[in-house]
Amino acid sequence: MEAIEEERLSFKDGVKDCVPTLLGYISIGFAAGMIGVASGLSVVEIAFMSIFVYAGAAQFIICGMLAAGSPASAIIFTTFIVNLRHFLLSATLAPHFSKYSMLKNAGIATLVTDESFGVAAGRIFNRQPINDRWMNGLNLTAYTTWIASCVVGALLGKWVADPEKFGLDFALTAMFIALLVLQLESIKASKLKHYLLLIFLMVAAMYIFSAFVSVDLAVIFSTVIVATIGVVTSK
Amino acid sequence: MSVNVTTLLILAGCSIVTWIPRVAPFLIVRNVQLPEAVMKWLSFIPVCILTALVAGSVIDNGNGTLPTINWQVLLALIPTLLIALWKKSLLITVIFGIVVMAVLRNFT
Repeated sequence: MEAIEEERLSFKDGVKDCVPTLLGYISIGFAAGMIGVASGLSVVEIAFMSIFVYAGAAQFIICGMLAAGSPASAIIFTTFIVNLRHFLLSATLAPHFSKYSMLKNAGIATLVTDESFGVAAGRIFNRQPINDRWMNGLNLTAYTTWIASCVVGALLGKWVADPEKFGLDFALTAMFIALLVLQLESIKASKLKHYLLLIFLMVAAMYIFSAFVSVDLAVIFSTVIVATIGVVTSK
Repeated sequence: MSVNVTTLLILAGCSIVTWIPRVAPFLIVRNVQLPEAVMKWLSFIPVCILTALVAGSVIDNGNGTLPTINWQVLLALIPTLLIALWKKSLLITVIFGIVVMAVLRNFT
């Protein structure tokens, strides 16, 4: 039954499943483009960044560091740390795509984001099938929307002095909250207590680690430790 | 249309260090069968990392002392979480969150 369902899952289904997340990409892309302009980047440079870096939070940080005149090594290293969490996202998704070719895997991997991961992990969690076409539909819709939004944001940026006033940057956090709630929705009542404990531990770990390391490193340390606690304490 | 070569080189460097952690697991998993325990560990990653990202938006790095709380984000986060729990919709949550934050920034 599931195999047939998986067979039928199309590129278009992936596009459809991406639609609810698009407003998030659009608002953050606008904000990223505006902040890029405010940091002295040209529209071409902002387009280049969204095409090749393609990572929301990191793009804000890169803009800030470029504007501050930070050395290249510091900017690149910080970007590496901020985006290192993708390793965990990719590691979670990868086993579901191992039957496809190397090239297909590289293509899917290149466009993994927090949000596309959230949508895909939601399906995996719900034991719904996923396949290469679906994932590409999801990823490419997000990718093209992101690039277009950053460029439009950059073009609009010349007229907007203070983009933060519109609250657009909070779209990122709001999207993570919704993705988290949607994940939990699919968890059986018997397991929910365990997950709520892990969430509590995560918040505590984030607070403690952030006293000593950057928030981005705290994300990675806390996740690795609490996921391990999750394995040890699960029945 | 100005393009600064140094900036482009920095951005190219940023792209490469972003790409490697994204692609590496996909290439590793193709050649290695992951043990059951690792798969189980990976199943906890989504909830953990999404919680971390939400918590991270409220926490400002302490640099050796206890981290400070961004009260404005926390204040926006609570009603946004309630809407997410109630409506269970990505789109509604994001719109609501943006509006709450815009109101907080303009009227407080």
